[in-house]
Amino acid sequence: MVRSEPRALQLNDQGQLKHFLTLDGLNKAILTDILDKADSFLSMGEQSVKKVPLLRGKTVVNLFFENSTRTRTTFELAAKRLSADVINLNIETSATSKGESLMDTLQNLEAMQSDMFIVRHCESGAAHFIAEHCTPNVAVINAGDGQHSHPTQAMLDMLTIRRSKGQFEGLKVAIVGDILHSRVARSQIHALNTLGVDEVRLIGPKTLVPSFFKEMGAKVFYELEQGLKDVDVIIMLRLQKERMQGALLPSESEFYRLYGLTESSLAWAKADAIVMHPGPINRGVEISSEVADGKHSVILNQVTNGIAVRMAVLSIAMSGQLQNKEKNETGANT
Amino acid sequence: MKILIKNGQVIDPSQDLNTVTDLYIEDEKIVAIGQSPSDFQADNIVDATGLWVLPGLIDLSVSLREPGYTQKGTIASETYAAAAAGITTLVCPPDTSPIVDTPAVAALIQDKAFEAGRTNVLPIGALTQGLEGKKLSNMVALTEAGCIAVSNHRHPLANTKILSRALEYAATHDLLVIFHADEHHLSNEGCAHEGLISTMHGLKGIPETAETIALARDLILIQKTGVKAHFARISCAKSVEMIADAKAQGLDVTADVALHNLLLTDDVLSSFDGHYHVLPPLRSDEDRLTLIEGIKSGVISAICSDHQPHEKMAKVAPFAATEPGMANMEVLLPLSMLLVDEGDIKLSTLLNCLTQGPANCLGIDAGTLKVGSYADLVLFNSTLKWTWSEETKRTKGTNSPWLNEAFSGKTITTYLAGKQVFPFV
Amino acid sequence: MNLDLERTLEKMSQELVAYCAHKNIENPIVVGIHSGGVWVAERLLASVNTSEPLATLDISFYRDDFTRAGLHPKVKQTLLPSTENRHIILVDDVLMSGRTIRAAMNEIFDFGRPSSISLAILYDLDKSELPIKADIVGEVIHLDSKQKIKLSGPEPLAVSLIQT
Repeated sequence: MVRSEPRALQLNDQGQLKHFLTLDGLNKAILTDILDKADSFLSMGEQSVKKVPLLRGKTVVNLFFENSTRTRTTFELAAKRLSADVINLNIETSATSKGESLMDTLQNLEAMQSDMFIVRHCESGAAHFIAEHCTPNVAVINAGDGQHSHPTQAMLDMLTIRRSKGQFEGLKVAIVGDILHSRVARSQIHALNTLGVDEVRLIGPKTLVPSFFKEMGAKVFYELEQGLKDVDVIIMLRLQKERMQGALLPSESEFYRLYGLTESSLAWAKADAIVMHPGPINRGVEISSEVADGKHSVILNQVTNGIAVRMAVLSIAMSGQLQNKEKNETGANT
Repeated sequence: MKILIKNGQVIDPSQDLNTVTDLYIEDEKIVAIGQSPSDFQADNIVDATGLWVLPGLIDLSVSLREPGYTQKGTIASETYAAAAAGITTLVCPPDTSPIVDTPAVAALIQDKAFEAGRTNVLPIGALTQGLEGKKLSNMVALTEAGCIAVSNHRHPLANTKILSRALEYAATHDLLVIFHADEHHLSNEGCAHEGLISTMHGLKGIPETAETIALARDLILIQKTGVKAHFARISCAKSVEMIADAKAQGLDVTADVALHNLLLTDDVLSSFDGHYHVLPPLRSDEDRLTLIEGIKSGVISAICSDHQPHEKMAKVAPFAATEPGMANMEVLLPLSMLLVDEGDIKLSTLLNCLTQGPANCLGIDAGTLKVGSYADLVLFNSTLKWTWSEETKRTKGTNSPWLNEAFSGKTITTYLAGKQVFPFV
Repeated sequence: MNLDLERTLEKMSQELVAYCAHKNIENPIVVGIHSGGVWVAERLLASVNTSEPLATLDISFYRDDFTRAGLHPKVKQTLLPSTENRHIILVDDVLMSGRTIRAAMNEIFDFGRPSSISLAILYDLDKSELPIKADIVGEVIHLDSKQKIKLSGPEPLAVSLIQT
């Protein structure tokens, strides 16, 4: 019994994306293509007419099993700017909380005849599961699955880096905080290595940065000063309050003292280092207000870039599905 | 009823036997091998040319799912599958519903098995009431009702004091306790081996310390209480080392391993396929290879199927949300032959792990073709190519990664106490 | 066929001026379609009486072959002011099936409702698949199946006939 891995399932026969599940296994050409297309959508966003008809007539369904107004709204905006019809389903408030299985939910959705599902779910591998079990020709975009992957977030972070720094070669990039529970960090590590940065550094206490991450192509630091030395890009991760419960950390204040990005810790990095955060930021927990609002911060750019990247991903995946469908149909007819 | 099994390759690790010869059965027992007993007029002559004649296999863990979970399996379906696999004795765990913590449930299971008439079923009784780990169960009554051992399965004991007392009590009555070494606060909610693969895929990991810490504690308590002990489903390299050390120091413990831990590693998790969700989890290649070494050195003396049949939907969900367990029992022998084919284990060692080895772990007189034993035996065609398909399988479970795969080697006939139980006549 | 580019452009400029006068088109927006149409539009703009700077259009997002060909890798900038109540002179280098022009018109309409759109084409290959005709034509050219016409630029601006 052979099942497909996400990395294979998301590509069609011509090697184009037909789902967007994970950055693991995507080559530099595919990632660069996403960034280039996102750049075009960015310049479009500066004009008065922000809409293009690429997804006109297509139905995009936001399947959010985990609550997230911000991410859902950016996806909705991206889809609408592509002229798609968007439906929002907050499943956590409906059937599945009553115990309906994911499979049942999917089968009930079939009647809606959607073209694309944007999925956020608390289980790792959920987007892959949906891609495997939904009707054919539906593109599945992973908006975050458990602790596994958040590929669009990582790509908008890459776009932000490229727009600030020009290229990836020669960069030292540090990701700070709760790497263990972060799907964003995992996706970022794949992307940064594929796009060819010099060094990926992970900084945090041992409880939050287990050594297995070294095997993913990163250097692990337990001290902020050492980790930030000569770094070009600093990505701060959000620290969730639950971490205190599981005995992973003693308190927010101790974390802030040791790993928080303040003006003095920022000084250990390069003078022109940029500061990023996937949001929402916890001021005074992982980052100080001065830094978050300061001249090194590109956090607000990340938000704008997010819409453009999502527009690129949605169009690429839809195109990949349509080309796959056409190829199968012509193949069937010959 | 006199049966002559003629000209088969009789392989019996318990007698160091591997030769083409004849085997004589009278009523329920084996009366001779090789030389015909005087006045032996066979009622039935079975031509076993080209076939292996083996002791019936003994499987140390087969979930029959009855009572309580009949959508997953029944005593009838799973014992039929066992007979088709050449298994003549199987041990079933106490985690049915109701739990096997009263003699009535133990009796029910055995009665139904007897009715089905395909294989011997030895239930394990619960160590504590409801497997809750707080109050001792009536262990002696359970054993008198036919339970071969007691165990708390994979459920935690409330604390070490209670575990210690449970073992003292079992030792008082010379009962066999089966341990599933698992420190539940470390393994809690985990679904995969804690390592690079689980980390990369965001799957909650079960560290090896969850097994080794519990194992260390259990070994000390076994030493202290003198209880008869068997470790079930060892999965870590370190555990093999620890058990080897304990045995070297004179501690009389035995251990088994699930077949899938010898064939698979956590690499397969990249597909997020719930069919590979098992507890204890599939671990690293180093663990797998050390488990195989453990078999070669005798530290591990039994291989079991750890058969846990499920209905289809139990595995149709994202990985961590699937129910754990595989249902590989029906292909136990051809599947384990892969270890011999790849040169990892000798045939005699493998067969020992499926017959005499498990019999010794349980302390029962079985898994042998010695003259005078019950005629529990299997005729196996070691070269026959076949596909184990969904249409022809007998287990109710659909959850095996090897379903619809081609195999080399098939059970042809199974005898239970001299009576043919597969194919059913 | 006449491939004297400079002469053709000169002819087009004169015809365009006459056309605008005839149609009472004042202060039009001259819009070139990337890339060849932009180069031609730059040349025509010099003769047209307008205060409006050159506008450019990239039609990648409006193409009708998204299914087959996917998104184009490098999308150039669309620089277009509001088209509401304006006269548009749409310019492209080659008119073949007409689909590029259809896409360009869709895009123009997304920026507002123009008073009129007039089409100026350097080379009309007479192969339209849609009911689209140019108002100003540089040359009508008939190619056989093995021939292609290619404009290169912006400096020097040159046309070549290619045998495939």
